[in-house]
Amino acid sequence: MTTSTESTVTTTSPPARGGRSARRGFSWRWLVHGIVLVLMISWFVPILALLVSSIRTQGDAASSGWWTAFVRPLFTAYNYQLALEEVGVAGSLGTSLAIAVPVTVLTTVLSLIGAFALTRMRFPGRTALSLILVALLVTPPQITLVPLLRVYHAVGLSGTIPAIWIYQVGFTIPFGIFLVRGFISGIPAELFESASVDGATVLRTFRSIVLPLSIPVMASLAIMQFLWSWNDLLTPLIFLGGSSVPAPITVEVAGLAQQTSQGQGALMAATFLSIVIPLVLVIALQRYFVRGVLGGAVKG
Amino acid sequence: MGNLINSVPALIIIGAVGIPIVVYLLLGLGERIASVLPARLGRGVRPWLWFFGPLVLIVLILLYPLVATIAYSFLDADASRAVGLGNFAWAFEGTMLGVIGNNLVWLVVFPLVTLVLALVAAILFDRIRYERVAITLIVLPTAISFTAGSVIWTQLYSYQPSGSTQIGTFNALITLIPDVKPVPWLQTPVINNLALILIAVWLSTGVATLILSAAVKNVAGELIEAARLDGSGEWRIFWSIVLPSIMPAVLVVLTTQIIAALKVFDIVYVMTNGNYGTDVIANRMYGELFSENDLGRASAIAVILLVAALPIVFLNVIQFRAESRS
Repeated sequence: MTTSTESTVTTTSPPARGGRSARRGFSWRWLVHGIVLVLMISWFVPILALLVSSIRTQGDAASSGWWTAFVRPLFTAYNYQLALEEVGVAGSLGTSLAIAVPVTVLTTVLSLIGAFALTRMRFPGRTALSLILVALLVTPPQITLVPLLRVYHAVGLSGTIPAIWIYQVGFTIPFGIFLVRGFISGIPAELFESASVDGATVLRTFRSIVLPLSIPVMASLAIMQFLWSWNDLLTPLIFLGGSSVPAPITVEVAGLAQQTSQGQGALMAATFLSIVIPLVLVIALQRYFVRGVLGGAVKG
Repeated sequence: MGNLINSVPALIIIGAVGIPIVVYLLLGLGERIASVLPARLGRGVRPWLWFFGPLVLIVLILLYPLVATIAYSFLDADASRAVGLGNFAWAFEGTMLGVIGNNLVWLVVFPLVTLVLALVAAILFDRIRYERVAITLIVLPTAISFTAGSVIWTQLYSYQPSGSTQIGTFNALITLIPDVKPVPWLQTPVINNLALILIAVWLSTGVATLILSAAVKNVAGELIEAARLDGSGEWRIFWSIVLPSIMPAVLVVLTTQIIAALKVFDIVYVMTNGNYGTDVIANRMYGELFSENDLGRASAIAVILLVAALPIVFLNVIQFRAESRS
């Protein structure tokens, strides 16, 4: 609304710095800052609320809102002690790591190998293969669950962590190959030619040209895959049922949320512990995360 | 062996170091064999040698289950007897209609709200000096699982009966207004669906903003300057210059969110488990699979999800072919 009234004024004002009069520019700028500030605050407040709730006492949390902690601060680490020692969140974080770290490494390595074959080698069926991969990019995971559950039961993989590795790596490989493919096809062809003139084998070329040059895109893929694997609830819920290993952190938190017997405090502490690693990764590797999102968006 | 398979460090070393080394050694072995084969045969074999690992996984995890699920969807609960279209008839009658209706609400509201908020963020952030901080804050929730996001929002939606202290953020805010009663956000039909969608919006706006923000920065600056000199207002510039040139990015955001809305599961499972009229297809499928043990119906639901996603699959394939031809 403000912008349209502004435009009528702008037409009559002298075209100084984008054709905006100083006074109009002033009020417009405050509106921009206002909206941006509201967005920033409302996107951050829920995370702050979680942190504050996780260090409040049981009594406080049950009788007043989290924001009262700023007026009458009384903080405790008891919820974290409860979550780690009684609820077994430490074991859950371990299981999540034992799933997400190998899945991240394997997805990155296999996607690099697949993308290298797809971009640098000519073979019949290459186009068809690319099209199938594109079609699989947006397949809902639900379509794969029922038959795999039966296969995993039949071969005894059900309830094991490697079963999750295989599923999560296989499910993301089409995306991974596409992300890396776009990057590898940007490597100058002369590099490959001079390598083959020097008599380098294909494996040698892969190891000393493709691998080192692809480190940025591998970092992008790795952080995206780690986040997806760490945050996935459906896969472990389906394939890890009845397992002897501690449930991964998403399953643990979902379980705590559905039964409130351990109290809100432990749930909040467990939830905060579950988001620490992904938050630190996204902040520390933001540049690679952004590149991954953009690279995947163009292709997908 | 049992200890090994449950030990976290052992699993990490096996999966993240051991298997990659084995893959590399196998590639070396394959290359050695390919090099002693006749030249033509070697050239023919090599690509498949390299593609072998990814291909096996794709067939095992995606292609085979896809075909098998379609087959199961025509079978009964324990996949022993054909029932024709029975499972699909069940999926489009009775309580399932409400479930599908909820997914339609998700399909419309979630992509649109996310798109509008991300557009506002992308365009306004472009004009401020603290853009990096603003983008980082919006992107933070994208690191968080839908599960944790749901727990975070339970305390914002928390409800106490009228008259007692409201410890939920939203109810505390609205009861500041005189005569306004607190709302049981998660128990009131329709409002609760929107409340759940808002969680997904909070978690997804960051990625959408990143994509749109990159597109906004690519809009030709000279064009905008020229329009300003001609006296066009910001609103007009947005509709006739900015929006048309970022259209591909807008489509990417919309298709991504539509797929996400189709398969939404975590938020509903954690927040309401489908109660109070909030159930969605993916949560229903989980219920059929584990509470009812009905493979046929679970598979039919999965097939419906796949069919709903097909238009976007075709869109992607067509776009990919156009890109690779140019």
